[in-house]
Order: sequence, then structure tokens, then C-alpha cells
Amino acid sequence: MSFKKLIVGFIALGITIGLPPAFAADVTLLNVSYDPTRELYQDFNKAFAKQYEAKTKDKVTIRQSHGGSGKQARSVIDGLEADVVTLALAYDIDEIAARAKLLSPDWQKKLPNNASPYTSIIVFLVRKGNPKALKDWDDLIKPGVKVITPNPKTSGGARWNYLAAWGYADKKFGGDQSKSKNFVKTLYKNVPVLDSGARGSTTTFVERNQGDVLLAWENEAILALRELGPDKFEIVAPSLSILAEPPVAIVDKVVDKKGTRKVAQAYLEFLYTDEGQEIAAKHYYRPRNEAIAKKYEKQFPKVALINIGQAFGGWAKATKTHFVDGASFDQIYEPGAK
Amino acid sequence: MVAVLSAVALPQATVQRKPVRKPIPWVPIVLVTITLLYLALFLFVPLAAVFAEAFKKGAGFYWDAIREPDAWSAIQLTLIAAAIAVPLNLVFGIAAAWAIAKFDFRFKSLLITLIDLPFSVSPVISGLIYVLIFGLQGWLGPWLSEHDIKIIFAVPGIVLATIFVTFPFVARELIPLMQAQGREEEEAAAVLGASGWQTLWYVTLPNVKWGLLYGVILCNARAMGEFGAVSVVSGHIRGATNTLPLHVEILYNEYAFAAAFACASLLAFLALITLAIKSLVEAGQHKEHQK
Repeated sequence: MSFKKLIVGFIALGITIGLPPAFAADVTLLNVSYDPTRELYQDFNKAFAKQYEAKTKDKVTIRQSHGGSGKQARSVIDGLEADVVTLALAYDIDEIAARAKLLSPDWQKKLPNNASPYTSIIVFLVRKGNPKALKDWDDLIKPGVKVITPNPKTSGGARWNYLAAWGYADKKFGGDQSKSKNFVKTLYKNVPVLDSGARGSTTTFVERNQGDVLLAWENEAILALRELGPDKFEIVAPSLSILAEPPVAIVDKVVDKKGTRKVAQAYLEFLYTDEGQEIAAKHYYRPRNEAIAKKYEKQFPKVALINIGQAFGGWAKATKTHFVDGASFDQIYEPGAK
Repeated sequence: MVAVLSAVALPQATVQRKPVRKPIPWVPIVLVTITLLYLALFLFVPLAAVFAEAFKKGAGFYWDAIREPDAWSAIQLTLIAAAIAVPLNLVFGIAAAWAIAKFDFRFKSLLITLIDLPFSVSPVISGLIYVLIFGLQGWLGPWLSEHDIKIIFAVPGIVLATIFVTFPFVARELIPLMQAQGREEEEAAAVLGASGWQTLWYVTLPNVKWGLLYGVILCNARAMGEFGAVSVVSGHIRGATNTLPLHVEILYNEYAFAAAFACASLLAFLALITLAIKSLVEAGQHKEHQK
């Protein structure tokens, strides 16, 4: 083949491959979510598409995007056209409302239960047999214990972990702020590595065998246990944990522009139906629906729970006190501390 | 006194007359062993591990992992991005190299520096540049959103980021080659009445064809393998804006290790093909020189 033919052929090839593939003209929703919900929404999307088609004859394709909650919110603010967001904490959706004005500030009132169709708690995942005998938060501040948790600056799950520890200390010291701070500081001295997202931390603990205990979403811990080895890990429920409410919302400006409000609304409402709640429970999220919660109660240990509103005055306040630059986390965390 | 003098002079004389040292037989052996060990440890073993992991669950599973719709869409997108970025950078590379090597103008060194820019900035920054320009909060974001044009978090953004990071390969390959060849042949062509296009097509390009092909291959390899810049502008929508390297990361994070390695092996395979073509090109080049 001569050199010129080669060039011409190459350009022709480029044009052929470069033609965009034709997409069918069905409704497409984009759900921008956080790290550990991948498996949940894979199942849920299938069930919803089936139910929606049966009801309205419309075919709906749901596309997924996953990553650290804060990072995902940032992408939506920068223009990732999510029809719905299903993130790890309300604060991230508040940020979308405040910075990009893509939805109204009272989004959390538009769906039942603070717009959180399922909840979770923070638990400990330890190695089989619990060799370091880690039973409660007090055990995590002992010298020589290595704790794995992601970075609260970038990860929603990490913020819940941090606040759960703080809430425990708060109860223990009867609200003495400086003692609580000291407790959390000692705990984070035992953290050898901060990953940027919950899934990264799980991989660090489970795959790379780092650390003695992983602070994790209950659903993430059970999933890791089932997927990667019931013979290698076990779950420990601490005496006190925090009720994590991952919220969902419609991104008003996007659905109005794309004309997908109706299907987006149906999608989120389907999370609250019996079928949606079952799917959540099957993926180890605690369902809101009491009958279904009862059916699955064996897989969820009973733990005393604090919630963000009562214990910390809501996310806006908690973020200001603990996670903005220079707040409590920056004060207590020394990178590379032993 | 004489004795002392000669005693002092003697070592100097021996240094000057020192015979050529015989090669120590074990030195090349040790060096070769070290090199091979190093290569094995850091190249062959990981590469073998990728393929071993990929086929851990059997060839059937391997094919399923690659034919899975999200994986297939990632493969398509990777090929699309490369198929747009490479020809564009090919044309740009030729134009820039031609201008720089064959003509004199002001700010030439500035142009050369600019071409090198994508090599020197981190890919993450390359991605963020596009977020800053085309993002909803960026310079053009509101206007684009009003006119319903999607750049970032869509295919155009991924193509742009790919073009940016693969920008210098062709030009960088051609500039030194063209400079070394000088301008005589082009000047002769001009004197004989050839037009600019004729000169380019019949004189300049045939002279640099192997270098050009080499640049295209490198450019293509990087275009398909790029992770950082693409990751920033992708939005990670499965089945829509995930390229193959991003898909590998996703699968890995989903505990789908065998599938992740299957896709990784596909990337490795593409790289190996690229390398094979590269050696063919080099062989061709060698032949050409011997004629």
C-alpha cells in the first residue's frame, strides 16, 4: 500500500468510526448518584423501567453516574445534566440549589421522609474473629489500632463516620466539646490513609488488607461481606451510631428543559413503593416502609441512633462547625500522624 | 636526590603507558541480567498478570465482559475519540511542523513552546480548563445551556480533552526531522514551478512519511489510553460518556475484577498492536535507508 493511500484510508476509517451511533428516541433519565449505590440502582432501574412501560407504554432508559457524593454534586453544578440526584447527604443537594440554582432550596420537602426513601447507619467492618476485639468507639482510639475511613472533605460517607464518632463522644462526655474533640482527634490519629470516596476505602480495607477496622455504611459493609468473603470479615455494630439519610431530588431546571419531569417524578416516587423498598432492603439499605423493614429486620442490628438534626442542628450547621476549611476536622487532623 | 626524582616520575610514566584494559567478562552479563530482571519485574509480570486475571473465569466470561453493553459503548467511545483526535492532530501536526521547519517568522519559538504545553501540564488541569470554559458556571456555560449545546459531560468534551493531550505528538515528531532535512528540495520544487500543495504532497511528505506514521501511532496510543483529562470532563455516565480506561476503573470499584481486567487486557492488547505497527514502521524505515 502506498503511503498516500494509507493516509486516505486512515481518514476514511476515521470518518466511518466517527459517525455517532444512532440512539433510539426513547426517554432517557440520568441519575447522578454516590459511590455505594451502584448495585442498588442497577436493580432498581430495571424494575422501574418494567413497571413504567407496563403503565404508560413509554420506554425509559436510565443512565447512571457514580462517584464521591461531593464530587458528583460538583459535576452537576458544572453542568452534568442529571434529571435526578440521589446523593449521600442533603448538604450536597443544598450546594446544587445554592450554587447553580438548578432546584429550589425547599427540595427536601417535596418527597416524604425528608426526601430520603431509605436510610443506613455507620457500622464497623473488622477482620474475621475480630482479632483486636473492637466492640465500640472507645476501642478505636486505643494505640495500635488502624482505622480506615475516607476523607470527609470529599466523601459523604466519611462525614457520616466523623459525625457518628463525634456524636458518641458527645454522649460520653456529656457535651463537653473540648473532650469530644480530643476523642475524635485521637481516633483520626489511628487513620493511616484517607481515600477520597467510600468505595475507595472499602477497597483499601478489603482488597489491600490495610487497617484493622473500616468505618462504613451498613449497606457497603454487608455488600463487601457478601461479595468478598463472609469467611474473612465480620460486622460490628457500635453501641451508638448515626442515622444516615441519603436524599433524592429532581433537578428542576434539567427536567423542565428536557421535558422529563413526569418520568423523573415517577422514578423517585417508585423508590417509596413496596417494590422499591424491597429492592432497597435487598441491597442492605434500611427501608422506610415499616412492614418491609420488619420483614428484613434480621439483617439490620438494632442500634441506638442519633440524627443529624437533633445532634448537630442540621447539615448546614454541621458542615460549618466541622468540615469547611479551618473547622474542627482541619484542626484535629494531622496528615501522616502515627 | 636522583632516586627521589625517579621515584616521583615513575608512577606518571606507568599511567601514560597503561595498556588497554581487558573487558571484565562478568560486567555485560550482570548488566543484561539487571536489565532483564527490571523489565520482567516492572513490565512483563504486570502485563502477564492483567491477561491472567482477565481469563481467570474462562474465555466465555471474557467475551461476555467485553460484549456487555456498557463495555461495548466504552469501546466505541474510545475509538470515536481517537478517530477524531488523531486525524485532526495529524493535519495540525503537519501544518505546524511545516511552518516551523521551512519558514521563518516572528514568535516561532513561542509557537514551539505552545505546542509543548500539553506535555508539561498535568492531564487533570487539561480537563479542568474545559470545565472552566464550557461548564455551567464557566465562561461559555450559560450561553451553551441556553442554546442546548452540550460540550462537557458529553462526547464533544471527551474529544476535546483527547485532542488537547495528544496535540504535540505528530508535530513534535516531525519538527526535528523536517529541520534536519533543510529546505533545498522545497526550494528546488518552487524553482521548477511546483505549487505549494504539489511541494507538500510530492516533496515534503514523502520525505517525512515514516516519522509522520510514527507520530500518528504514538498519538493514537495516548488518545486511547488517556485517563486523567477525560475523567474530569466525562461525568461518568455509563453507556454514554465512559471511555475504556474509565470503564476499567468503574468495574474494578464494583468488585467485578475479572471483567475489569478483561477490559484492561483489551487496552493492553490495543497497546500491543500499536507497538507491533510501530516496529513494522521502524523496519520499513530501516529498509528505506538501506536503499
